[in-house]
Amino acid sequence: MTKELTCICCPMGCSLTAEVDDSGQVLSVTGNTCIRGENYAKSELTAPVRTVTTTAKANSGKPVPVKTQEPIPKEKIFEVVDVIKSQTVALPVKMGDVVVKNAADTGVDIIATRSVE
Amino acid sequence: MNEYSLLIIGGGPAGMAAAVAAKKAGVDDLLILERDSVLGGILNQCIHNGFGLHTFKEELTGPEYAERYANMVKEQGIPFELDTMVLGVEKMPDSDKKAVTVISAKRGVQTLYAKAVILAMGCRERPRGALNIPGFRPQGVYTAGTAQKLVNLEGARIGKEVVILGSGDIGLIMARRMTLEGAHVAAVAELMPYSSGLKRNIVQCLDDYGIPLLLSHTVVDIKGKDKLEGVYIAKVDEKNQPIADTEEYYPCDTLLLSCGLIPENELTVGAGVEIDPRTNGASVSESLETSVEGVFSCGNVLHVHDLVDFVSEESARAGENAAKYIQNAIDRSGKVIAVKAENGVRYTVPSRIKTANLAPLNHIRFRVTGVFKNVSIVVKSGETELLRKKSQILVPSEMVDLILKQDKLESISEDIRVYIEEVGV
Amino acid sequence: MYDVLIIGAGVVGCAAAMELSKYKLKVCVAEKESDVCEGTSKANSAIIHAGFDAKEGTLKAKLNVLGSQMMGDLAKKLDFAYKRNGAMVLCFDKADLPKLDELEQRARNNGVDGVRVVTGDEARKLEPSLSDEVCGALVADTSGIVCPFEMTLAFAENALQNGVDFKLSTLVTGIDKNENGFTVHTSRGDIQTKVIINAAGVYADKIHAMVSSKPLGITPRRGEYLLMDKAAGSLVSRTIFQLPTKMGKGILVTPTVHGNLLAGPTAENIDDKDNVSTTKNGLDEVKAKAALSVKNIPFGKVITSFTGLRAVGDTGDFIIAQSDVKGFINAAGIESPGLSSAPAIAQYLCRIVGEILPLEINPDYIGTRKGITHFTALSKDEQNELIKREPAYGKIVCRCETVTEGEILDAINRPLGATTLDGVKRRTRAGMGRCQAGFCSPTTMSLIAKKLGIKIQDVRKSGVYSTQRRQDDE
Repeated sequence: MTKELTCICCPMGCSLTAEVDDSGQVLSVTGNTCIRGENYAKSELTAPVRTVTTTAKANSGKPVPVKTQEPIPKEKIFEVVDVIKSQTVALPVKMGDVVVKNAADTGVDIIATRSVE
Repeated sequence: MNEYSLLIIGGGPAGMAAAVAAKKAGVDDLLILERDSVLGGILNQCIHNGFGLHTFKEELTGPEYAERYANMVKEQGIPFELDTMVLGVEKMPDSDKKAVTVISAKRGVQTLYAKAVILAMGCRERPRGALNIPGFRPQGVYTAGTAQKLVNLEGARIGKEVVILGSGDIGLIMARRMTLEGAHVAAVAELMPYSSGLKRNIVQCLDDYGIPLLLSHTVVDIKGKDKLEGVYIAKVDEKNQPIADTEEYYPCDTLLLSCGLIPENELTVGAGVEIDPRTNGASVSESLETSVEGVFSCGNVLHVHDLVDFVSEESARAGENAAKYIQNAIDRSGKVIAVKAENGVRYTVPSRIKTANLAPLNHIRFRVTGVFKNVSIVVKSGETELLRKKSQILVPSEMVDLILKQDKLESISEDIRVYIEEVGV
Repeated sequence: MYDVLIIGAGVVGCAAAMELSKYKLKVCVAEKESDVCEGTSKANSAIIHAGFDAKEGTLKAKLNVLGSQMMGDLAKKLDFAYKRNGAMVLCFDKADLPKLDELEQRARNNGVDGVRVVTGDEARKLEPSLSDEVCGALVADTSGIVCPFEMTLAFAENALQNGVDFKLSTLVTGIDKNENGFTVHTSRGDIQTKVIINAAGVYADKIHAMVSSKPLGITPRRGEYLLMDKAAGSLVSRTIFQLPTKMGKGILVTPTVHGNLLAGPTAENIDDKDNVSTTKNGLDEVKAKAALSVKNIPFGKVITSFTGLRAVGDTGDFIIAQSDVKGFINAAGIESPGLSSAPAIAQYLCRIVGEILPLEINPDYIGTRKGITHFTALSKDEQNELIKREPAYGKIVCRCETVTEGEILDAINRPLGATTLDGVKRRTRAGMGRCQAGFCSPTTMSLIAKKLGIKIQDVRKSGVYSTQRRQDDE
């Protein structure tokens, strides 16, 4: 079976074509211009993941931008956002500081993406 | 006291990259003027990832990208003044100095002088008025960037049921952002038959969340006397005119407009700099120098970019060239060759090249006028082909970056023409 | 118990309040929206007409000419923008040339000075951007332009400082006549008053019907406008009208006091008193007709479009008189030239009040009012002085119009201050520029939110309340 998809690893957005067998195994990927495209197609067709970015509320009342340190399973996006929204971040915080550990049991930490005094 | 070698107007990605490069090239006497209360410009509100793959070889969010550059500025001891707005730039009539009038609580209204100026003010969004959408003018209609600022920097919850007009990147990013904030995004309508945003953003901002992208559609009426109640969306024909009886009503409390960015060149015009009507930015040479010697332009104020990495790279070149200008090292002795945008190419930056002042690698950046598949990009001077590059697909939303080596360009004497050629022709 | 209750804080209501505050009277203004100048007064051509247009002997003619004569002095004393830029009425068809002479004669009859008829070439010499089709024109030197919001606000603030009460967000729901005067029921409680002035604009018929069984007809007439960037503001220096033709009433093109270019209005009678929507057809009509007068109007530089509703009375003239109910005075059907006539209408209303109540001069009346300091209008030294005193004036919030935080704080903090984005915009011009508040609205919203003690998302865009919103909030 052939699957068409658009690589999201970088802004080039390569159009990928993947050959998939009956068990869902990716046999080959074409159309990519770098190795990440191949990896993306394999992961996207078996266990898709996304980096989630959002804001957490700081104790000042203002938002602090955060992200998942690693991509997380796509189906966990809303769960992870809920966990982030239920937290209050104590200021000051530095870029890269962990604000939530192991969010929603994904094994991935949430880190601040900006230093806020 | 108020004399500088270099003043940089804007402390966003363009201004910071220009400053860092100028400092590295030996300009110590420089100052960044930033109107906001932090460095980083619009990146601070772009909390999504996708920045920095070229510059830092990793994927960063906007604030991270900004903070890395801000840290470089600070580490190199480059002075910057925040909450400082430039009111005017003027070339002094009797010298090569430029007068830059600023306002801040600290300085009051004051005129600073510099040998060189880098314009890095960025761009603004096209507002509703300029789009001429008929209807009421209720609360709940925002440009996408304003909504992004309200949500990401002010923590405002601006709506629950959202329609987005325009598939520019900010609109696509905001579709996902509003969804993650608990809103329902009913649709993204795009006037053109193709999206003006990046493909990856359509996948990860719309497709991931099941948000429909309605190509060749536009908002034809806005309902709600004080609060937005809904919009009518209609199909458009090949001339982008709404087709009668195709209107469909979308109840919503929020309409976001992502319908284009306009370089913010009021200061540029005031400085007497020649504007390229195709980009609404300055017309510049290979050194990113405008028609006024010693005034340089880079980043989104020059032409709207889709990648901040390109902004940083371009701005660093502006910084290096400003340093050269300050050190009287710009060679103006050779020929000046025009760079012309022809078939399929909407504009080029630069629009002229001084053959005596080339870098080892020279960039020509442009956008195409429509969608092209399986074509070649051709660069010619007279009959001499300088570059030919095959491309599977070219879209207006993606800036093309060509690199020409110095030896190719040094000896040419005729206009450079950049155009798209159908393969096989 | 008030002596006079004015219903409606548009330009007529506020001018009347100011005029009445010159006397020892207890005066109140009740306004259904949360700000002054939220109806007809805010969305119009912003012209102080010379007075050659209205038919001889009408109130419109008399009060317009008088209002125009008063305006310069008022603008100085009350600190609002007004400029006598002059006007032209264009003729495109030789057969219509006698109509220009008629207008000139009418101007003379109405007592308007500085009016003359010129040839097409002479007109183009005065205004080089005029169309080649112009074959003659009437020139009127005393025509002017004004900021209608600033003018209304100046009247209101002057009235306020002279003791007039303003009750905003107060919708009149019923009126009972009693022996001492009236009990006026509102969304915020009852108000007792001896005299009522009905200055309710397009709703004047509804207010009138609360006390009188005699008919008073008001038809909302929709007018759509296009406002262009300041880059286009110097295309013409005068206000350019067209002679009415068989193709209908013309469209005007004018600079505004703030240096933008304005084109409009269309004229369409409608039923809905709140329908201030723009339409594609309407805006297309404005473009097409404006282009007849002036060449090369840069419609690509449109920054916004808007619709205003004119309150058209059923008599053809202003309806300014005590009604069949004693003590109930109408100031209704104030369509064009209502803005121009407003100060004169106020004096006229005052005389009618004087027939009902004794008028005793208020010796403490303050005849001047200081508006918001517009930073850009100051000299560099004055600017620096101000920033030293108030650092907030050193911080630009609106980039396009160079409006400082100091001005926005002044607009929010002064009496009758702004509580909405539009309120700040009209007082300071923050958000009125080419980016249409894209950059400054988050900052302005956060300043308003702080002052009102509300969340940023609860800051409202305008002071207009729909019935639905009123119910939601109460």
